[in-house]
Amino acid sequence: MNATETGAAKANGAGARARPRLAVFKFASCDGCQLSLLDAEDELLAVTDAVEIAYFVEASRHADPGPYDIALVEGSISTPEQLRQIKEVRRQARVLIAIGACATAGGIQALRNWQKVDDTIRMVYAHPEYIETLDTSSPISDHVQVDFELRGCPINKHQLLEVIIALLVGRLPRLPTYSVCVECKRRGVTCVMVAQGIACMGPVTQAGCGAICPAYARGCYGCYGPMEAPNGPALGHQFEQLGLDAPDIVRLFRSFNGYADPFRLISDKYEEVAP
Amino acid sequence: MPDLTPNIGAFASIAKEDLARVFQVLQEMGYTLLGPTLGETAIVYDEIEGVDDLPIGWGDEQEAATYRLRPRNDTAYFGYTLAPQSWKRFLYPPVQKLLTLTVQGETFEIDGNAEPAPRYALIGVRACELRAMAIQDRVFLSGHFPVPDYRARRQRAFVLAVNCTEPGNTCFCASMGAGPRVGPGFDLALTELEEIFVVEVGSELGRQVLSQTPWRPAGAFELQNVRRALAEAEQHMGRHLDTSDLPDLLYQNLEHRHWDQVAQRCLSCTNCTQVCPTCFCSDVLDQPDLTGQRTDRLRVWDSCFSLAFSHVHGGNIRPHTRSRYRQWLTHKLASWIDQFGSSGCVGCGRCITWCPVGIDLTAEVAAIRAEV
Repeated sequence: MNATETGAAKANGAGARARPRLAVFKFASCDGCQLSLLDAEDELLAVTDAVEIAYFVEASRHADPGPYDIALVEGSISTPEQLRQIKEVRRQARVLIAIGACATAGGIQALRNWQKVDDTIRMVYAHPEYIETLDTSSPISDHVQVDFELRGCPINKHQLLEVIIALLVGRLPRLPTYSVCVECKRRGVTCVMVAQGIACMGPVTQAGCGAICPAYARGCYGCYGPMEAPNGPALGHQFEQLGLDAPDIVRLFRSFNGYADPFRLISDKYEEVAP
Repeated sequence: MPDLTPNIGAFASIAKEDLARVFQVLQEMGYTLLGPTLGETAIVYDEIEGVDDLPIGWGDEQEAATYRLRPRNDTAYFGYTLAPQSWKRFLYPPVQKLLTLTVQGETFEIDGNAEPAPRYALIGVRACELRAMAIQDRVFLSGHFPVPDYRARRQRAFVLAVNCTEPGNTCFCASMGAGPRVGPGFDLALTELEEIFVVEVGSELGRQVLSQTPWRPAGAFELQNVRRALAEAEQHMGRHLDTSDLPDLLYQNLEHRHWDQVAQRCLSCTNCTQVCPTCFCSDVLDQPDLTGQRTDRLRVWDSCFSLAFSHVHGGNIRPHTRSRYRQWLTHKLASWIDQFGSSGCVGCGRCITWCPVGIDLTAEVAAIRAEV
């Protein structure tokens, strides 16, 4: 993860706070992450007081041209056209923030990265000849410089607000990079893996969701991607102890953030030994 | 009921059904009851209304990385070992608002957390947990800057301890000299026998509570049964930790190759530190609003296993899991003694049970000892 202090506030001078211009862009994605901004209902008026929403197609047909102080970029790069567009977005944006698992890890659509893309297209589309696509679905940071990555599938609105607030005052966003286990314990959730033998990605997944799934007696799905220094091999080994076979373990590590390196290495390793 | 109230240090006997009266007296005195209760997958400490909320007839089985609820074939009230999390979460909550700062022209206004501390009656405190509270008291209350919120919660709390006759497979309080019999610091301490509770009076407050409950002096036979049950419990600890020469053993083996072996298994997930009843590290963060005019200052549990914890100007002083695990274990078992005058471990075994991969500190110490 990379972050800079080239905050909009700094760019605009520290004193009188000019409203930085915010743009929201979408690539290959489901729109759920940008919806998190609209979902910040209680804070939405304060957001529009603090930033000028210059380009946000999901919220308004009014679209101002760049350059923008802050670009929130949702989605992965999946087509040649997107490859051109993201470079233009980068040129127009002072600070570029990738939001969500698609933008930071390639998303669930990156499952196709393990297959031949032509086979996938033929499987899905009646007229594959109309489809123009890249071989892989990849994160934004594979193509342009990203200033900050906000994890999640979808992102958490409180974390999004923290990033905007940090940019407004010109400091680094303060978001946890430790495991989901921290959130389980703070919340008083009894560990699903220890007490029920349920395979849980929590011990290698970055916090941020508030431990939603374990709170409902489900194992963590890894929506927030790899935590700081994750020990995937140790968790994979524990999954084996719980009785999971290799294909199960591949599926657990290979989901929304499956193409993120620490998860990909584990699923690839278990795929090699899978029957 | 005799007219005399039992003295501090005396043993009384109460009928099992009269525990309900003890709870009622506590509630009349304004206490919120916190005690063991049957959760979906574990016996947890939570707010309870009365005796019916206790996990009567339920127990637990614990092993490294495994916990299972088990129905018992009797109606024991306290027939389990330990809840997943300790009383720490009530005395030193995981997330606590410290104050709110609001900009007022050129200066700012501080609104402290003025809410009175809750008045908890802690029901079912085990010996190891009572020792852990004494250790946290030294951490939070000695020195120049006692933690006001913790102090208020501790001073207002009523401790109804319960002697442990059900040590689990991951327990080793006997090795740490912390149990199974509760030490000082309780108001009342129960020992559960088949038909009755034997009650030891630990404080004037405990005496007052007991005096409003039907009681009689405990008989010699009952006291003998208590002694026998506790002696048996001491013999049935699932784990053992050889503490001889312990600080030196660890200090002299800071480069032992076993630290690397642990690091291969350790997830750095922080579970051990969070379930530990003595781990006390926290972080303080500000949560500003979008206007920049107001911020809440929060204290949250932190852990020496998180990278940010050991990030200082210029880099991270414990960049690898090896150094983080070593820091935790050597602090807990060795430098804690230098710092606070006692071991930081009470032998409750939670770090063993609730480690998702079952890392066992008693085994890690033994491995280092075996190959010096």
